[in-house]
Amino acid sequence: MIDVRLLTQPFNPGQFVGPFTHAHPGLGGVCTFVGEVRGEDGVEALELSHYAPLTLPGMEALAARAASRFDLMGMMILHRTGVMLPGEPIVCVSAAASHRRAAFEAVDFAMDHLKSDSWFWKREKRGGVWTWIEPRGQDHSDLARWD
Amino acid sequence: MFLGRLADVAGTPEREVAAGPLAEVLADLPASLAIALLDERVRVALNGELVRAVETIVLEQGDELAFLPPVSGG
Repeated sequence: MIDVRLLTQPFNPGQFVGPFTHAHPGLGGVCTFVGEVRGEDGVEALELSHYAPLTLPGMEALAARAASRFDLMGMMILHRTGVMLPGEPIVCVSAAASHRRAAFEAVDFAMDHLKSDSWFWKREKRGGVWTWIEPRGQDHSDLARWD
Repeated sequence: MFLGRLADVAGTPEREVAAGPLAEVLADLPASLAIALLDERVRVALNGELVRAVETIVLEQGDELAFLPPVSGG
């Protein structure tokens, strides 16, 4: 099962991971990563914007690519948009597979591509001032791991 | 439509423009905005589809053009 969603409100990853796991009887393992808004460096809020015609289709294609590359039983990608506060989940990626290594690697693969290859723009608020986050070189070296 | 920091440069997330070739559309915008939109790292989508040959774009009535700056990453 491929389940990809953009969420506009705070979410509890467990509420999604449970049903996702139950949808794959006979699986060998589920690996889940949850990313949250870091509270360091005086960050007061983070805002993610997206472009609807490209962002969700791009995430769906990514999930399908990961599912086929790692021979998954299922993949779930949940991503927030809008304004988030430190400690709130931004992203939740789950992979269900017959064997653990495929699940670990699929989540790692999906996260690297979500970070540097998906249509999201982020800005963060510090001291009441919003600043756009620019691309980092690290993101490209993260992606190159999968070439 | 202007995504990410381009919305700040434009002062608005979207703007109505007259139909016509892209070069004419850009010529009617403030110079600072047109320069930001022409940055080689900015991708362009026409009606939700990425366009490679940007110079060939001719806007028709009702088309949606989106300017997409590099994504933010980490």
